[in-house]
Amino acid sequence: MTENKLVRMANQIATFFEIQPSDRAANVAAHINDNWSPPMRAGLLDHVAQGGDGLSPLVLEAAAMIRPARAS
Amino acid sequence: MKDLIIPPKGWTKDMGTPERTGKPVHLTIDGVAITVPAGTSVMRAAAEAGITIPKLCATDSLEPIGSCRLCMVEIDGHRGTPASCTTPVTEGMQVHTQTDQLARLRKGVMELYISDHPLDCLTCAANGDCELQDMAGAVGLREVRYQKGENHFEVRANGETNPRYIPKDSSNPYFSYDPAKCIVCMRCVRACEEVQGTFALTIEGRGFDARISTAAPDFLASGCVSCGACVQACPTATLVEKSVEEIGTPERSVVTTCAYCGVGCSFEAQMRGDQLVRMVPWKGGQANRGHSCVKGRFAYGYASHRDRILNPMIREATDQPWREVSWDEALAFTAGRLNAIRETYGRNALGVITSSRCTNEETFLVQKLARAVFGTNNTDTCARVCHSPTGYGLKQTFGTSAGTQNFDSVEKTDLALVIGANPTDGHPVFASRLRKRLRAGAKLIVIDPRRIDLLETPHLGDSWHLPLRPGTNVAVLTAMAHVIVTENLTDQTFIAERCDLDEWADYAEFVRNPDYAPEAVEGLTGVPAGLIREAARAYAAAPNAAIYYGLGVTEHSQGSTTVIAIANLAMMTGNIGREGVGVNPLRGQNNVQGSCDMGSFPHELPGYRHVSDDAARAIFERAWGVTLDPEPGLRIPNMLDAAVGGTFKALYIQGEDILQSDPDTRHVAAGLAAMDCVIVHDLFLNETANHAHVFLPGSSFLEKDGTFTNAERRINPVRRVMAPKARYADWEVTQLLANALGAGWSYTHPREIMAEIAATTPGFANVTYEMLDARGSVQWPCNDDAPEGSPIMHIDGFVRGKGRFIRTAYVPTEERTGPRFPLLLTTGRILSQYNVGAQTRRTENVVWHDQDVLEIHPHDAETRGVKEGDWVRLASRAGETSLRARITDRVSPGVVYTTFHHPDTQANVVTTDNSDWATNCPEYKVTAVQVALSNGPSAWQESYTAQANAARRIEAAE
Repeated sequence: MTENKLVRMANQIATFFEIQPSDRAANVAAHINDNWSPPMRAGLLDHVAQGGDGLSPLVLEAAAMIRPARAS
Repeated sequence: MKDLIIPPKGWTKDMGTPERTGKPVHLTIDGVAITVPAGTSVMRAAAEAGITIPKLCATDSLEPIGSCRLCMVEIDGHRGTPASCTTPVTEGMQVHTQTDQLARLRKGVMELYISDHPLDCLTCAANGDCELQDMAGAVGLREVRYQKGENHFEVRANGETNPRYIPKDSSNPYFSYDPAKCIVCMRCVRACEEVQGTFALTIEGRGFDARISTAAPDFLASGCVSCGACVQACPTATLVEKSVEEIGTPERSVVTTCAYCGVGCSFEAQMRGDQLVRMVPWKGGQANRGHSCVKGRFAYGYASHRDRILNPMIREATDQPWREVSWDEALAFTAGRLNAIRETYGRNALGVITSSRCTNEETFLVQKLARAVFGTNNTDTCARVCHSPTGYGLKQTFGTSAGTQNFDSVEKTDLALVIGANPTDGHPVFASRLRKRLRAGAKLIVIDPRRIDLLETPHLGDSWHLPLRPGTNVAVLTAMAHVIVTENLTDQTFIAERCDLDEWADYAEFVRNPDYAPEAVEGLTGVPAGLIREAARAYAAAPNAAIYYGLGVTEHSQGSTTVIAIANLAMMTGNIGREGVGVNPLRGQNNVQGSCDMGSFPHELPGYRHVSDDAARAIFERAWGVTLDPEPGLRIPNMLDAAVGGTFKALYIQGEDILQSDPDTRHVAAGLAAMDCVIVHDLFLNETANHAHVFLPGSSFLEKDGTFTNAERRINPVRRVMAPKARYADWEVTQLLANALGAGWSYTHPREIMAEIAATTPGFANVTYEMLDARGSVQWPCNDDAPEGSPIMHIDGFVRGKGRFIRTAYVPTEERTGPRFPLLLTTGRILSQYNVGAQTRRTENVVWHDQDVLEIHPHDAETRGVKEGDWVRLASRAGETSLRARITDRVSPGVVYTTFHHPDTQANVVTTDNSDWATNCPEYKVTAVQVALSNGPSAWQESYTAQANAARRIEAAE
């Protein structure tokens, strides 16, 4: 999957949680953990590791809580 | 001779007049004591007592009019012989239904009727199924003493053309109207008004001149929507199904469930041998209460269409023609490919798409195939592209992903808020039930870019249309919430008892912000602020307000947020947990609800339990003897992205046509083309099959047993009325494929699959086929806590405990209009066609809609030089197509609208890959487009047709 798409999807999720009263980053991470397959999460985390170009600050904050893919 | 077993098994008696509710009234009929509710007619009371009073103009689906006078009775203390259908019972009444006087009078009535009726009974289509014939027999009519005179049935009378004779009207493809046989009982006229609500029929003339009229040259040219209610109501062969004219009367009847929309109507499949004679809506059906629409009633011909593929086919590559092979060879080929792909790329290179058109049992097996046999959670369903935001939004706010009501609930509604749905076209039988309520005085709010037909309901009372700009649902709904909160119209008792108060306090503060006031968002939404305020006040003030919504809510980048906004509105006004209220998603396909319930989603096991839930996984691991992956799999758009990226290689698609139904057709085609093994399991070589390597023939809903779950969570039985034309029912094919991969499944009947569902899924714990046979249907949850099922949800508390308010801020979609693409395209459906049209295009329904057209406002048309019927090019940043224009002010300036029923138009070439933030449900409803005159089909359409034709070739048998 292209990084562009992952960035767009992650930012869309962040936009929803940004205006919620609490646990914003945790909720972004939880939504991604619950709904994204491991390779998608790995793609996003790779992108974060490379500087996270284009990602909203809330996604970058959530990145630490996004579960990396287990080695299978 | 007829089998004289009265009543015959399975017979649903016509009680003559509708049921009433009221205090008990005691009376005696022919010496039989009976107690019925006040308001009941004498005719119905007699029927309850097992006494059948002769009748012609009365039937229990219609209000009585006392016209035929055949049902007269004698009542002690009453003068004359009143019509029993229009006489209500009174306490202590003594009724006599059969006296010498009554017998003589009834004979006289019948004699008059028969004097103006052709006596061609032996060659009449209603022979053996004619109430006029039955009544002539019942009253003992033996002679007609009247001289031949003026009549309505002879073509020529006295050597001259009979001016009263009107030839038969066969313009409707499914039924004929023969005025010569009409007895002017007005049952058809009343059915059209009272049951369907279309008012297409009327009576012209009086007395002997009275005739049924469509006020049009013929039925097809009239306002008739071909629902079949008039045909069903007709006591003679005046209105009769053409299939009965051709085949003859049926000899048996099996109750089953319609395979079209999410209303889930119950029908009697009336059979002669293994030939389907007609589908008649079943009075006992609790979703439809005896009503139907043109699709379920008549458009079943696809099931026996010559395009059905009845043999498995395979090919090495998609540029080759198909090769018909045996089931064994097809399964061996498929298993070989799947195993090789799994070996090379890993289990997560495989996936499935379950079908919302197939049964619960079939869907359950397909996701089981993915999880237990392929070893991946890569399973998704077409609900992804329709109601996945409903799943997310209602789970977050209420705790479970389902509509809160049954359809009967509409009868108690005082105000219906319809948003992003077009019930008269998409869910016609529900629309008829809603219209009945609207005629009785319920108010209506429609939030839709288009002026839908519901707003043109005859005898509609107070109504508001909020014609918002596509993509601004959240802004409008949040503005309504702003009005309700700032004007103190909330139900504080409900909120205090039922909702989380901290979240409510936060939400109330959030929506008080003047930024969400109707005046503040008017510029965005295009809806006058005053209109939003009026609608909000009306919604909050109604004693019972119900929200009904469709894909115009979900298919947006903020689809899930909109569902949350809807739930917020219902909670803050206390419109949850009783009859007449609630949040009601109208599901597109017959089994969208079921396919979601059955664990079709990549992150959820059956019963909406997350794959990371160890306890839930353990239940299935024990039942299936495998280890399950705790990580979510790929959604449909993710699968296609991964395919283009080279990591996803094989897809088993049961009963869906993603190439036509999913957005951004070019991207879907690229994804499919990048796979090494696409298995299409379908009735027809659909568009997706153009990119398939294996085709497994499917079975229609007439050819298998199972269950569908409709929009009201009603589990309805589907019953096999004929053998599978391609040898196997769909659940058997999935089992064969699983076993070719070594699964060792051994189901012998779908009831065993339901038993596995019940054993593993708490909401289905008490569901069995025996229960469904006994009760007709049941609404989940159905378990020890709710042994009778659950017509209304969240009665004493929300499934999640306290209802949860969540902030909903309007975020504009990334899809913006600009100089290149200045118009907004939104898409929808039409009554006569269904989804991608694979079924309805293969029926006579094409007479109503043979191509998709582009609706455009006169202003936008004029500036582009577009006239009615012109070919226009519709272009977006994703692609372009051409279709014909229809100029109408149903759409606002700046908005254009089309349907996606025809593959040669391919509206989805134009739609983009934007999607809902939470669920990736595609944003079908908003695409920035430009419209310009064109000469005909686009180059893309022509090359698509060429590719499709090449890909559909089947090698000649040797």
